[in-house]
Amino acid sequence: MPKTEFSPSIDSRPTYAGLVSQGAAPTIMVADEAGAQALSDLAASDASVMDHAHVVLVGCGAAALGDVKPVAIHDAPDFDAATPLVTQLLNTARMGTQIYLAGSEGLIGHVSALAFAAGMPVDEIQMEHRGSIARRMQCVHCKGITEEVTTDPFTCAHCGLTLFVRDHFSRRLGVFQGVCVDAETPGVVPETVEIQA
Amino acid sequence: MKKLCLKVAEVEQLSPLVKRFRFEEPTGAALPVFSGGAHLTVEMPEGDMIRRNSYSLISDPYDGSGYEIAVRREDKGRGGSLYMHTKVAEGDEITVSVPSNLFQLDLRAKKHVLIAGGIGITPFLSQLRQLDMEQKPYELHYAARSREEAAGIKLLPQAAHVHVHISEEGSRMDLGSILDGQPLGTHVYTCGPDGLITAVADQTARLGWPKTSVHSEAFTAPPPGEPFDVVVKSSGKTVHVKADQSLLEALEAAKVEIDYSCRGGACGRCHTKVTACDGRILHNDHWLSDDERAAQQDIMPCMSRFKGTRLELDL
Ligand code: FES
Repeated sequence: MPKTEFSPSIDSRPTYAGLVSQGAAPTIMVADEAGAQALSDLAASDASVMDHAHVVLVGCGAAALGDVKPVAIHDAPDFDAATPLVTQLLNTARMGTQIYLAGSEGLIGHVSALAFAAGMPVDEIQMEHRGSIARRMQCVHCKGITEEVTTDPFTCAHCGLTLFVRDHFSRRLGVFQGVCVDAETPGVVPETVEIQA
Repeated sequence: MKKLCLKVAEVEQLSPLVKRFRFEEPTGAALPVFSGGAHLTVEMPEGDMIRRNSYSLISDPYDGSGYEIAVRREDKGRGGSLYMHTKVAEGDEITVSVPSNLFQLDLRAKKHVLIAGGIGITPFLSQLRQLDMEQKPYELHYAARSREEAAGIKLLPQAAHVHVHISEEGSRMDLGSILDGQPLGTHVYTCGPDGLITAVADQTARLGWPKTSVHSEAFTAPPPGEPFDVVVKSSGKTVHVKADQSLLEALEAAKVEIDYSCRGGACGRCHTKVTACDGRILHNDHWLSDDERAAQQDIMPCMSRFKGTRLELDL
């Protein structure tokens, strides 16, 4: 699956320029199954990018990388299992470490927020979107985060409000913002549609 | 610019070349607090002109009982530092601006590395206090030619993360080993000669540091130079800039309206358009880009000078 092209939106909406090799520097890579293909493509463009790379794969095994050979591959069944692994890598990383994220918006948002908290400017993170366009949404009312949102509006998994999917994005939390859609006119809810790229 | 009329409360010789000054509100009232790295501009009346130089505050940013600065005597300068050294005594009145800051700490950093060369130690003295107060991890590296030159030593805490490098004693500052291996989220701040700032920029680029993690303040007062004339477009008036005067000072003395803040070529406030230029602008600022410099259509009057037959400014 090739890199996703998103339609233009407000400045707040993150854009993903695609992975570009920064050479043989200390490196952390995080990808899901669709994103692993982007890492293979990256390695094909410049094999040295894997020389000092630690790769965390979320929800897929090392086979997803094909014959790419980084220094180490860590696999985690889901975000919850991946978070301490990524945090550990970030906490021991030094200045000059390069970060590459590839996969869903949820993965990129979640890990870029961890990297930002560790002191990495978001602009310096290499990101490429592949696969599902599901979003991580934060309810602005109860602050709960709902993963894998594919429809607009959607129901907050925490407080049950019907939320409108905004393009406003929190870089600190790595989530889009969901706002109550029927606050003024309770019960009047627009038709549910699939989220578009 | 808001001004404060203060009293010189203390003058102390820190080293043969450097004096510390403490200013207080004559009524004993509290002064506005500031943030680490801030400076203030001191007015020095000399004859019919007022010279204004900016100096970093070295006192505790949270202490409103007084402001302190340290001034190095520059015998080859335009006289601002000589004025401070020879004319200012305890008990005098002195006019200063309120503090402003062009060299703040980025408090999102996980760790701060401060690198000072010579008198460039001054902004770090207030930053250290802020870092201590915020309990942020930091290390300071202070390089000076000789112990005599290292006036800041007296004002520095004795601590394991404060390193003094005296080149005369064979202890040179090794930027490579200071910067390599710093933890992710480190920011570096440099103040001192241009060569030091460039060396840190080169080294961090080589190590792949993000540009936004690298901060610097060039510590410069306007250089003296050959006298020249400048034409003010709105009035057609010609203003003469003396050898020991900056263009900004000459314009101020001629009562031409012009804005300023840092007076050191760093803040951009005095940015002025050039409407005619027959000659060469001697750019000494840190504001304009290389392209802007080459185009000779912009000038920073606080620092830059001119050599040629005609310079006209859009003022
Ligand atoms: S006054 Fe700040 S650049 Fe000239």
